[in-house]
Amino acid sequence: MSKTSRETILGKLHGAAQRDGDGAAARATVEGRLKGHPRGTVPARGKLDRKGLADLFATQATAVDATVARVSALDEVPAAVANYLRGENLPTALRMAPDPKLDACAWDRAPMLDISYGKARPADPVTVTGAFAGIAETGTLMLLSGPESPTTLNFLPDTHIVVLRAGEMVGAYEDAWDRLRATGRLPRTVNFVTGPSRSGDIEQTLHLGAHGPRRLHVIMVEDDG
Amino acid sequence: MSVHTPTSHRFPENAREALGNETLQRGLASAKVGFRIRRSEAAARLPEFETLRDESRDIKNHTLAHIDLYLEAFEKRVIERGGHVHWAADAAEARDAVLTICRAAGAKSVTKGKSMISEEMGLNAFLEENGIEPVETDLGEYIIQLRHETPSHIIAPAFHVLKEQVIETFRKEHTHLDPDRVIEEARQLQDEARQVLRERFLAADVGITGANFLIAETGSTVIVTNEGNGDLTQTLPRVHIVLASLEKIVPTLEDASTILRLLARSATGQEYSSYTTFSTGPRRGEDADGPHEFHVVLLDNGRTDLIGTEMQEVLRCIRCGACMNHCPVFGAIGGHAYGWVYPGPIGAVLSPSLIGVEEAHHLPNASTFCGRCEAVCPMRIPLPKLMRHLREREFEKGIPPATLRWGLAAWAWLAKRPALYGLAMRLPVRLLALLAGRKGRFRRMPLAGGWTSQRDLPAPQGPTFQAMWDRKGGRREASK
Repeated sequence: MSKTSRETILGKLHGAAQRDGDGAAARATVEGRLKGHPRGTVPARGKLDRKGLADLFATQATAVDATVARVSALDEVPAAVANYLRGENLPTALRMAPDPKLDACAWDRAPMLDISYGKARPADPVTVTGAFAGIAETGTLMLLSGPESPTTLNFLPDTHIVVLRAGEMVGAYEDAWDRLRATGRLPRTVNFVTGPSRSGDIEQTLHLGAHGPRRLHVIMVEDDG
Repeated sequence: MSVHTPTSHRFPENAREALGNETLQRGLASAKVGFRIRRSEAAARLPEFETLRDESRDIKNHTLAHIDLYLEAFEKRVIERGGHVHWAADAAEARDAVLTICRAAGAKSVTKGKSMISEEMGLNAFLEENGIEPVETDLGEYIIQLRHETPSHIIAPAFHVLKEQVIETFRKEHTHLDPDRVIEEARQLQDEARQVLRERFLAADVGITGANFLIAETGSTVIVTNEGNGDLTQTLPRVHIVLASLEKIVPTLEDASTILRLLARSATGQEYSSYTTFSTGPRRGEDADGPHEFHVVLLDNGRTDLIGTEMQEVLRCIRCGACMNHCPVFGAIGGHAYGWVYPGPIGAVLSPSLIGVEEAHHLPNASTFCGRCEAVCPMRIPLPKLMRHLREREFEKGIPPATLRWGLAAWAWLAKRPALYGLAMRLPVRLLALLAGRKGRFRRMPLAGGWTSQRDLPAPQGPTFQAMWDRKGGRREASK
């Protein structure tokens, strides 16, 4: 079935294209674009220095109902997490990504936090993950799947806390793609997360926390060493 | 009713019913303005917005000119990453492909993210017939699934449903919950759906999503949601099936990024939707979660027939819904009157193209040609022009009633004879002005009942347009 449909569909598309000769020029154009992946216009708003990017990210993320806390070093993260949970009256049981970047946070300084590691389980109320990039343009987090960062941590809990380091900040989506290409791997899932979950499906009035997290809290670390 | 058997052929009756449906009218009145304001504010906040529209149009034009090559590249990458591609010429083939995958997975229940292709396929009814339970997880889709209705808007499927109706539906369907619980506000309804659907997410054997984009460079599929339902749908079950039509393909991650800057802004006026997710193949060896199988069903369903024709431009559509949000006709009658999957201006062009002019010939006529749809379309699709093409096709096929065709033929004959035309216009204009008297309008008019049943007909004032044009030297100006 599908083999013949494949041939039929591609055959019709090929016929409609009406290319000259053997179509080598078209093939070269396509190959060139896939290899060169040229950028379109990138909005000027994200072309800023490091401080400017951090400020823009915080402004944009806050505008879409994320909350942002800014700390100066990684070892202040545990206290910032504890503060946030206390302020929101949330449980202190954390499900954390088994991410070596997060290990540097000196979690033993916040003994009240009850931390376990792994993918999210249905009853986990709060998760903590790192991020691959923060995109200042729209206050968007870029999160990659992998053994160190299971995707369920981003979607199952009521509250998702993300530790974002200054060196991970970029201006535009294209900058983030370039960084990902430089790693040489494309994971199964790349999530761009812009604020917490929301829906306006009942009479077009917006409410947070439809299926994903009700709260998204970003802890921005100004100095990532 | 949940299967999309087209009723576009009875559009005039559908529209009349919609105009008389008070509940629908209440919903339309309260809903129609917000989208427009938010879109215009979002566009104004991004100085590059118009440039990005040009570039996005060009990206899609380039892609459509090379679509066979980009689809081949996409397929190759998907297979390299351990996924599967299923080519489907029509809805029946696509349904069979999905059923085969579900059966192989031993699936009893399937969660679903919002997909218009699934609506085109009539997938839910088909799965039910085959003993597999489909569960819509987008809040709006879930509501209309419980109500056995179809979507009335491509990004707000329950656009036509009032909050009171949602309360009634949840009380009727969620029988396992406390009957004395308080559900009065949208917030409470959303929480209840979250709770009920969480169980379904965790129990599902297969997750089915649509795709906003397919990326040829990487073999990735892309979904854009605000709720996060699509991500739970595609992350938790063992098998992930993506339903996509051919024209969703774009060359590269950069191309998708450019167009994504327009999508949410045009749709809801957001800078970016809450969740934009790129999926490439099944979970990798050491991953702790994610699906073990990744399937992409590529549906044609009439699209290959549009490539290389004057209708090709409609394939640039990214399904943002801006055209319907800005359409006075959609605003008056809602989405269901259009009688098939896609309502509003995009439906008026897409439906006749995909299900035939015979079935859907009324839709391109349901337009005032005010041009707002084209003015806001992020992909610069000339919707009025395409509707005009379809009107011509309707005429050529002899579909309009004989009186209309004779009337048009008579008008055309007259219009080609300027002197006669001028005379034929001047006389009635004078006569009508005389008859109308001081009031200047008619309450009733023979042969124009369709107009005067809803409003008065203004009487012509002063000379004809052509007479004024002549007097002001318009023709001489034009010939200079």
